[in-house]
Amino acid sequence: MKDTSGYITPDGRQIGGTLMEMRNITLRFGGVVAIEDISFDIREGEIRAIIGPNGAGKSSMLNIISGFYTPSDGEVWYKGSRRPAMKPYEVARMGVARTFQNIALFEGMTVLDNVMTGRLTHMNAGILSQALWWGKARSEEIDNREIVEKVIDFLEIQNIRKTPVGRLPYGLKKRVELARALAAEPSILLLDEPMAGMNVEEKEDMSRFILDVNDEFGTTIALIEHDMGVVMDISDRVVVMDYGKKIGDGTPDAVRGNQDVIDAYLGVAH
Amino acid sequence: MEPRIPGRLGEKSQMLYRTAGQFKTSYEADQALFPVRQDALLLGVILAFAWVIFPLTASEFTFQTLLIPILIYALAAMGLNILTGYAGQLSLGTAAFMGVGAYACYKMVTLMPWMNPVVAILLSGVFSAGVGVAFGIPSLRIKGFYLAIATLAAQFFLVWLFEKWAWLYNYNASGAIQVPNLEMFGVYVAGPQANSLVQYYVVLAIVSVMTMLCINLTRGNLGRTWKATRDMDIAAELIGINLMKSKLTAFMVSSYVVGVAGALFVFMWRGAAEPNLFDIPLSFRILFIAIIGGLGSILGNYLGAILIVGLPVVLGIVPAALGIPIASATVEHINVMMVGALIVFFLIIEPHGLAQLWRLIREKLIIWPFPH
Amino acid sequence: MLNQIFVAPFIDMIGAPDFLLQVLWEGLVSGILYALIALGFVLIYRSSRIFNFAQGIMVVFAALTLVGLHAMGVPAWVSVGLTLLVMFGLALVIERVVLRPLVGQPDIILFMATIGITLFLIGFGEIIFGGENKVMITEELGIPTGSVMFEPWGGLLILEQKDITAVIVAALLVVALLLFLNRTRMGRAIRALGDDHQAALSVGISLQTIWVLVWFIAGIIALVTGIAWGARAGVSFALEVIAYKALPVLMLGGLESISGAIIGGLMIGMLEKLFEIYWGQPLLGGNTETWFAFVLALIVLLFRPQGLFGEKIIERV
Repeated sequence: MKDTSGYITPDGRQIGGTLMEMRNITLRFGGVVAIEDISFDIREGEIRAIIGPNGAGKSSMLNIISGFYTPSDGEVWYKGSRRPAMKPYEVARMGVARTFQNIALFEGMTVLDNVMTGRLTHMNAGILSQALWWGKARSEEIDNREIVEKVIDFLEIQNIRKTPVGRLPYGLKKRVELARALAAEPSILLLDEPMAGMNVEEKEDMSRFILDVNDEFGTTIALIEHDMGVVMDISDRVVVMDYGKKIGDGTPDAVRGNQDVIDAYLGVAH
Repeated sequence: MEPRIPGRLGEKSQMLYRTAGQFKTSYEADQALFPVRQDALLLGVILAFAWVIFPLTASEFTFQTLLIPILIYALAAMGLNILTGYAGQLSLGTAAFMGVGAYACYKMVTLMPWMNPVVAILLSGVFSAGVGVAFGIPSLRIKGFYLAIATLAAQFFLVWLFEKWAWLYNYNASGAIQVPNLEMFGVYVAGPQANSLVQYYVVLAIVSVMTMLCINLTRGNLGRTWKATRDMDIAAELIGINLMKSKLTAFMVSSYVVGVAGALFVFMWRGAAEPNLFDIPLSFRILFIAIIGGLGSILGNYLGAILIVGLPVVLGIVPAALGIPIASATVEHINVMMVGALIVFFLIIEPHGLAQLWRLIREKLIIWPFPH
Repeated sequence: MLNQIFVAPFIDMIGAPDFLLQVLWEGLVSGILYALIALGFVLIYRSSRIFNFAQGIMVVFAALTLVGLHAMGVPAWVSVGLTLLVMFGLALVIERVVLRPLVGQPDIILFMATIGITLFLIGFGEIIFGGENKVMITEELGIPTGSVMFEPWGGLLILEQKDITAVIVAALLVVALLLFLNRTRMGRAIRALGDDHQAALSVGISLQTIWVLVWFIAGIIALVTGIAWGARAGVSFALEVIAYKALPVLMLGGLESISGAIIGGLMIGMLEKLFEIYWGQPLLGGNTETWFAFVLALIVLLFRPQGLFGEKIIERV
């Protein structure tokens, strides 16, 4: 039986019991084994980093969590029960939101519309109501607009809300993607290299936002990140992957001292 | 007493389209269709022309060659635009679905002559919607060009069906359908005895209502779902969009609109139809209107229709007016050439079509007479 | 009813095997020509990712130019040479006026541009050549116009010599094309461009040259197709509709595979003829060739979205 008791971190945040658990996950593409027998858990309210050298299988793991890939072996447990094979959109509707390594915004829409798409799982007015702009569709649109505006305020992107996303610089696009994921009010937020391609200032901003999200909304966050400084600074626990296997699992300090991890990053043959 | 401001600043009063200073204080106001006052005014002017001025001043010729077809083509293009422009599913079979609407309407008015003609027209969309969803199922597995070719399967098969299934045209020896005289509230709205003015109003009313519905749909959740499906369907799925539902709904709504347009096409304009009326050239015509007008826009369909319908008329009139004799067949060929050239031209200059051109002009207008 | 669909046609086929062969032969000939048009598509798509909708009208245009020149008194084979020059000129103009300004645009934009080109050429062709049916200069080109008769199983099989010529020429053309693509420097460059635009550019392959060359080759294919088809069915704008048939071939064979185009073309040609003769005419009132190929391709794609020969598409996030 998994431990469900929570604890309070040194800086006063509440970490709960296990929210999501990967049990003996294996992923094969034809003859290639991308992930081999990996197990770890993610606790409610924590910031869990997944790190490892390039090609370790981190993005694949994230894809499994978000339902895009189905593991060849093993189980995914979510909120205490086994998650059966389901389509990605069903996973999203269960409270999983994510950002992407190579930005996946909807380039034909404005920032506002993009973030509004994050609310889709919460909006379900029928087609007739929408066509007539009446009743449920109308009130839903206004209510959700308000929520979205709060997210926009939170991430400080008010002045670009009507700009078509295609025109934005890289850093702002990343922030809009985060806004879209946040707007869904997810139980767990997956971030795929949120700092990629950013300079020092942008990384500081993004780190602050991530910490704020976790702090203010208590959102559980799992992130893939290459920047060790960021990882050590903001994460509660870390999973280290290399060549599809797990080679480290624990607090940043514990993992930092792990010889296997050091070897993996230094490229020592093992 | 305020000091008079000399020089260029004094020109502020000349700014026609000044939008600064119009603040919205609620989200509801921001969502309004024409939040900018000048846009609303412009629309008012257009509506006045459409509902009052044209009917009073237009000739029979203008109704038949310009006003009515422009509205009907715009509606058909709007339907296609929803599928291709908003939801990103390229379809080359629009004409065939127009045909489904037309034949459905024909069967309804001949089997149930007591039915209100407008109701029949609006119901015929339901049949084309059903057929549209059926032929839309492949879109769940097939994408891009392959899907476009798959829609040709619908196009060619349906035209063949229109010809072979004699029940559709009541076993008429000529294979064609003729619109019978249809009455509504004592006035003839369709058939040889119908008045162009009456038909114009019917078309205008139906097209206006459908435009409103499409605007609402494309601006709301469904519109966003479609655009997400179009822009990046994998990401769309990962944020919770059921792609199957999204695509099939697009086919359904699109085919409904196109079917109604098809019924209007035959019943309110042409008066008769043969199966080959709904063949590929018509599909392409609608596609051109949607492209040149601007994919992903509602206004564009009207602009595109005005251009595509108006061009041959202008080409027919201008040479005669200038005294240059050109055979009418040649005029038709020049028309075809020009449409082809226009498509290429627009794709190079402004792939987002006339609608985008209007948006740019409007932005310039807003700051006019200042350069920036 | 079931008997009519599942049994009777096969009995018919076996009962008159000479007729079956005739049907298969007719299908083979159409199939080869569909394959040729599809080849033009594949070539252009592989090197530029443009789905050249204008391939069909190029066939018509080539045929019309050839016939038109000859009608003006130009000897047959000189006309061929001049037509090739015209097709080359066309390729140059298209590259300069349409393709170059649209470099880097999404595929759909380029596709629609080729639709625009198609329209333009239709209108232009009608004005220059006129819309009436014309006769292909088959004899003048030295193509035999008699027929060859066989008597298999005591029945009768008639093969038109112009069809045989068409099949042979098409086969030679395909071989020549394959040799060109695989053995020559230019050919390799074309294949490289198809695989990776950027990489090809970075090793110094000139985009413009390749595109003009590719469109010209497509023009040559168009001319051969135009001659072969014009000899069978007369030369007119109706020919353009036949080019639509190449599309299901592309669906089956994939947009990038030459062998796919050939096999797909032959399959479609023969299957649609078979269906029409043995099922279409007796059971459905005939004229099924307008849609059969499309429906067939659609069904295949539903089970194999990558076509018969394409590679499985793996989506990446």
